[in-house]
Amino acid sequence: MSTAEPDPPLGYGSMRRKEDTRFIRGQGSFIDDIKLGGMLHGAVLRSPYAHARIQSIDVSAAQAHPRVRAVITGETLATRDLAWMPTLAGDTQAVLATDKVRFQGQEVAFVVADDRYAARDALELIDVEYEPLPTVMDARQALDPDAPVVRDDLGASNHIFDWESGDAARTDEIFAAADVTIAEDLLYPRVHPAPLETCGAIADFDPISGKLTVWSTSQAPHPHRLLYSMVAGVPEHKIRVISPDIGGGFGNKVPLYPGYLCAIVGSMITGRPVKWIEDRSENLMSTSFARDYHMHGEIAATRDGKILAVRVRVLADHGAFNGAAQPTKFPAGFFGVFTGSYDLQAAHCQVTGVYTNKAPGGVAYSCSFRITEAVYLVERMVDMLAFELDADAAELRMQNLLRPDQFPYTCATGWVYDSGDYTSTLQLALDKADYTGLRQEQAAGRERGELMGIGISFFTEAVGAGPRKHMDIMGLGMADGVELRVNPGGTAVLRIAVQTQGQGHETTFAQIVAEELGIPPDRIEVVHGDTDQTPFGLGTYGSRSTPVSGAATAVAARRIRDKARVVAAAMLEVATGDLEWEKGRWYVRGDPDQGRSIAEIALAAHSDLELPAGVEGQLDASCVYNPPNLTYPCGAYVCVVDVDPGTGKVEVRRFVAVDDCGVRINPMIVEGQIHGGLADGIGMALMEVIAYDTQGNCLGGSFMDYLLPTAVECPSWELGETVTPSPHHPIGAKGVGESATVGSPPAVVNAVIDALRPFGVRHADMPLTPAQVWRATQGRPLRTDLAQS
Amino acid sequence: MTVNGTEYTRDVEPRMLLIHFIRDELELTGSHWGCDTSNCGACVLWLDGTPLKSCTALAAMANGRDIRTVEGLERGGELDPVQQGFIACHGLQCGFCTPGMLMTARWLIDHHPHPTEAEIREAISGQICRCTGYENIVRSVRWAAEHPSGAAS
Repeated sequence: MSTAEPDPPLGYGSMRRKEDTRFIRGQGSFIDDIKLGGMLHGAVLRSPYAHARIQSIDVSAAQAHPRVRAVITGETLATRDLAWMPTLAGDTQAVLATDKVRFQGQEVAFVVADDRYAARDALELIDVEYEPLPTVMDARQALDPDAPVVRDDLGASNHIFDWESGDAARTDEIFAAADVTIAEDLLYPRVHPAPLETCGAIADFDPISGKLTVWSTSQAPHPHRLLYSMVAGVPEHKIRVISPDIGGGFGNKVPLYPGYLCAIVGSMITGRPVKWIEDRSENLMSTSFARDYHMHGEIAATRDGKILAVRVRVLADHGAFNGAAQPTKFPAGFFGVFTGSYDLQAAHCQVTGVYTNKAPGGVAYSCSFRITEAVYLVERMVDMLAFELDADAAELRMQNLLRPDQFPYTCATGWVYDSGDYTSTLQLALDKADYTGLRQEQAAGRERGELMGIGISFFTEAVGAGPRKHMDIMGLGMADGVELRVNPGGTAVLRIAVQTQGQGHETTFAQIVAEELGIPPDRIEVVHGDTDQTPFGLGTYGSRSTPVSGAATAVAARRIRDKARVVAAAMLEVATGDLEWEKGRWYVRGDPDQGRSIAEIALAAHSDLELPAGVEGQLDASCVYNPPNLTYPCGAYVCVVDVDPGTGKVEVRRFVAVDDCGVRINPMIVEGQIHGGLADGIGMALMEVIAYDTQGNCLGGSFMDYLLPTAVECPSWELGETVTPSPHHPIGAKGVGESATVGSPPAVVNAVIDALRPFGVRHADMPLTPAQVWRATQGRPLRTDLAQS
Repeated sequence: MTVNGTEYTRDVEPRMLLIHFIRDELELTGSHWGCDTSNCGACVLWLDGTPLKSCTALAAMANGRDIRTVEGLERGGELDPVQQGFIACHGLQCGFCTPGMLMTARWLIDHHPHPTEAEIREAISGQICRCTGYENIVRSVRWAAEHPSGAAS
């Protein structure tokens, strides 16, 4: 376990976080902590129905409330051409419903009042007449000819897209000839990222200057600014988007939400700042969910365990609007990496996206654009193959994992894995867990009727989107800018296009500069989360900060180092070729005493020193980093569970996680990121689900119903690491923010199913609640996404 | 009521929640509002020396009573050992649950100076952290218990 040294390192290493000093004093500045003079408060009226036609909305009583300043409906917005907004997936979404409501919790009206209590009171005074319509809650029925049509504004079907990847014919051939094939339906249920801070915004429109300032819980302030400009008709240069301290994002805070736009319109109408903060139920019921993938997976292998091919058909439930936030050319995200960590001869997937009467979203919860679903699929299928072959799950993986000499490896669906040492990583995890000993203990326990399970997963991530040639969001290429300036006194300011929601950018990005330039991290200010203060970039999600903006930072720092060399040469009156770099200074080769520190060089660069022709003074640089490829972190996880045979309750006894995320800038922070993702895996595997009843009532609309893991459900995590640098990344780092969330759910599920081996259970869908586990032992597992009648 | 040693007198609506009173009226925004249902514990503060989820208490219920929030942990410019522990052991990431965790941690150590790992986990089991997987929170609390006078001890 890495602990921070009291003295910060001059570069990489475990270092106390710079941002902690405000948070441990309660001095963070989260959205609801911000108070502006004259600020009003907004609240959203939401639909109680999942599908209903709006017959009338009477706001007169609400408008007559003495503390209400404005009541906004879809009709109000329509007069400003604002009733609908674009989503990041190229669909449109109702800001406030005009024709009908399409999911429970959809936004119908917005009240602006003097305080938050009055705003809520006034919601009660709005009279909406609804005509309830039949619902489509089960994605498998969405394409039935007689299914109710969710988006009659678009057409006569609930179909959104078909997308495929891989070689269908070749895959079919291999399946037809294979010794062993296995097929299984797997549901990755709808879950919710549930950051502890809900979403919110404060909009402040100045009618004189025409300037709009929006403080919001945004993981992507620059793209949001463009969207606001498109929707609200305010030119981009007049919009400033500020992401203050954010209480966790996990993808939930990437999309644009109607509440943000309502706050903007509220400010435009009232001429005063308007704050809108959603409550927990609003967050769970209306903002971006994750997963909801109905997968039919198949795996083909030889009798002796050589995996040949994987085939999968997916029905993707996108809810009422296609609000998935992902690279535009990838409607199923990066699900194409379902080939996993194995040397397959062929693979094919076919994904169909459908509308249902559920909340929009889909790509969130640290999913690396759907690699979570991909890894779950392939790692469950491999375990099912082990089950059918009566093979050991670890040996089967070891037999099929990619070998180090196969990298860079082009997988059967065309993704180019940059580097990895998979077998060493798995072996380390097995050794740390004492896998052999565990299997012996399990065998002995089974004799006594104990249900102990050991689950393995091996994941390959693909993060750091991405090469702009292939990856854009709404036409915005996924490259990030940085600006780095060394001040005359030798301190530095780094401006980045990504921002922290807890990841610790203020610390790690300073460490990257420190490593490159030898300026101590505490003398480097990292500016982030403000479109007026930072260069353009796509934001923080998909584990892209270090792979993209981290690379940009290193490149900019190296440009400064090169410039410093020229200045140092002028100072020392030698040729640049005579200078050598050691961290923090240039010195004359063969005469180490003759040198200039970066601080001395910075001062000279701002001074009257005569520089060679063509060399500008000062010491600054910028970079827009366009990644040549994604980075491919990997990891091997071993989970040990004990299942209570009487109740089906699962206890996670141990969890061993060996991660390879390339070079680690701050090992303490990396380990913290992994810890958090492992807890997510326990949550998703064992307790989290957003389910619905047939009328479309959300059954996970509060923390009393949507269960999250606490400290007593989590074991003490046992971590290990291998380091295989990314060959194409300037510092060899690969990103780690989502690795554990991606990799851990199948390890937990595989462990529980392994524990249930005596009952002949091959698969049961998440979440593996006590009821679900018990029913699995009885041979009748539940459909976890729908209320059981 | 007295908050962090300062007396406040305000007229409030009977329905005003204590968390809103502390945050919006007194502008002590360290305590957070996370779930409305007493499940997440981002709003934990002390009422008469006992941790309380202030999202499900009314401000009026605290009439004449003594409240301590995260802003009242630091004494004379010295960070409380639990605050130091959370920095040293990376016990926070986004920082949203942290004030509530710190208040529970301080109470635990006051009443059980040498808590076991299980006791620490039990003590914070009514609070949710979405970032840390709890491991480093547990370590942070243990650090604070082992350093009763802070980093100098």
